[in-house]
Amino acid sequence: MLAKTDDDRRISVGLFRKVVASPEIGALVGAAVVFVFFSLISPDVFPNIVGLSRVLDPAATLGIMAVAVGLLMIGGEFDLSSGVMTGTTGLLVGLLAVHAGINLWVAIVTSFAFAMLVGFVNGYMVVKTKLPSFIITLATFFVFRGVNVGVTRLVTNQVRVAGIDTIPGFELARTLFDTEFQFAGATFRTSLIWWIVIALIASWILLRTKVGSWIFAVGGNPDAARASGVPVKAVKIGLFMTTAGAAWLVGMMTAFRLRSALSSQGVGQEFVFIIAAVIGGCRLTGGYGSVIGASIGAMIFGITRVGITFAGWDTDWFFSFLGIMLLVAVLLNTYTQKKAAEVHTPKAPPEPEPARSHPETPS
Amino acid sequence: MNEPIIQLKHISKQFGTVIALRGISTEIYAGEVTCLLGDNGAGKSTLIKILSGFHRPTEGEYLFQGKPTSFASPREALAAGIATVYQDLAMVPLMSIWRNFFLGSEPEIGRGPFRRYDIAFAKRTVKEELGKMGIFIRDPEQPVGTMSGGERQSLAIARAVYHGAKVLILDEPTAALGVKQAGVVLKYVVQAKARGLGVIFISHNPHHAFVVGDRFVILRRGRIYGAWHKEGLDRDVLVRAMSGSEELDALKHELDEFARRDVQK
Ligand SMILES: Nc1ncnc2c1ncn2[C@@H]1O[C@H](COP(=O)(O)OP(=O)(O)OP(=O)(O)O)[C@@H](O)[C@H]1O
Ligand SMILES: [Mg+2]
Repeated sequence: MLAKTDDDRRISVGLFRKVVASPEIGALVGAAVVFVFFSLISPDVFPNIVGLSRVLDPAATLGIMAVAVGLLMIGGEFDLSSGVMTGTTGLLVGLLAVHAGINLWVAIVTSFAFAMLVGFVNGYMVVKTKLPSFIITLATFFVFRGVNVGVTRLVTNQVRVAGIDTIPGFELARTLFDTEFQFAGATFRTSLIWWIVIALIASWILLRTKVGSWIFAVGGNPDAARASGVPVKAVKIGLFMTTAGAAWLVGMMTAFRLRSALSSQGVGQEFVFIIAAVIGGCRLTGGYGSVIGASIGAMIFGITRVGITFAGWDTDWFFSFLGIMLLVAVLLNTYTQKKAAEVHTPKAPPEPEPARSHPETPS
Repeated sequence: MNEPIIQLKHISKQFGTVIALRGISTEIYAGEVTCLLGDNGAGKSTLIKILSGFHRPTEGEYLFQGKPTSFASPREALAAGIATVYQDLAMVPLMSIWRNFFLGSEPEIGRGPFRRYDIAFAKRTVKEELGKMGIFIRDPEQPVGTMSGGERQSLAIARAVYHGAKVLILDEPTAALGVKQAGVVLKYVVQAKARGLGVIFISHNPHHAFVVGDRFVILRRGRIYGAWHKEGLDRDVLVRAMSGSEELDALKHELDEFARRDVQK
């Protein structure tokens, strides 16, 4: 059935197909499937407000990272140092405030400045050397992995910086970054509010500002973006700094929540962030994706982790589950992206076309 | 024609061991169409990429409006009013038509932190501008990668014409186009010239070049082979110069030979 439009070659695209073509749809379906699955397994504890609050707890910090990592992936890059940076930033605050006696807020700001510097250096090295960010940030990852343990052991003779809760200002900092609050009979954490606000702002920037267009463009075709006047290097460096900034925020949340900073904190998490973003529909090669999708990817992670615990299974299975989900998501997203293109190029044209590009040419 | 809008003095460009351009000196005037002609690999695209800020010259001086210039990026050249349709780097295929059209110079509304992309304006404008070229798009949301080659090229041209303020550079703009759209492009070139823009037009089609060109600069193997004004220039002379007369004579001879054999059969 044809709808009348200003171009008679256009078939009206059904709502269903438009929905199928949106980058988040795979993640949304996936979230529904795992939710129903674990609800059937643990019908008494899982599908209620307490279960939801448990799911949202790990999802929040992961979601913040997935949003930033998702933006970076849409911009065509990876950051393997994003996990370890959640540890480094927390350790830095602990070392400065507990061991060097520096004012807590000064330590927090210093840690932020340090994260910005690391993000800048990552980005600068990637745009200058034109090497894959995978390699550059793998190097950063290992450098900090060593530094985190080495410096912590040197200063504390332990593998953790303890006593963060003894510093003046701790309670306020904890309230700001990650504390509990009651809502509808369950316990939630402030990290959840941070996550929602960050995801909404990031999505607004991506879809409604020029910087968002630039992010899609530098990931989709950096040469064309540069030729069109997009400051490609600045955008990429900015995305690495955003990721490092998110790692700082999560580092603060973790350190103030645990009241101490572990030197192994965050190691291995970088892949979980990437998985969440990929499940959320972010294209591995850049230029396509959604931060709302990445957030739903984080939800899937939370549902699975809590679901496995509630089901009484060994948590070792969690990673296998995540691996399978990644595979399914990649297959599904490849399919959706193909569909996205098809929405605009209907297979069967509604009518036989005359030679359309040069109608007045006699043939 | 007093002062040239662009003046090049002894421009050279080297890519590693490849010398793409040597000692290029020429002028581009406002209100004139300069046709840049030459064989494949002659260095035409490289030259215009220097003009558009995409490449930096290895040597030589680039004067824009009389002042020595060194554009660090296409963004700076665009800000100075130089818009370019590149032969090879056109668009971001996964991105929508309207985002591509305004990429790098997005219209904005709102103040302070609420400053945002004026999406409604962008969608409306891109439909209008493409409509003027005789391209009627189905949906401005359509990814550029799903457009036909000619539609994509029309989009690139419409974009450059819309954004170009002082200089318009078109690198083989008519190559993928149908007769009607090619005609529209030639009309655009003439209109831009009438508006006082300096136009640089690259083409392998001597008929297109001869129709719109005022000056003809021929490049051969990275050097300037010659430059002519249209007055008193014969189309055949231009065609011969474009392909190198010996080569053309050889080609003509070969074709005549084929024709003769066909008749004999
Ligand atoms: N980025 C690059 N790196 C190395 N060599 C290059 C580069 N760009 C162009 N060249 C070389 O410079 C020479 C001139 O190329 P250019 O693209 O300017 O030719 P052209 O005149 O535009 O040809 P055509 O008519 O085929 O478009 C070629 O030999 C090409 O291989
Ligand atoms: Mg060329």
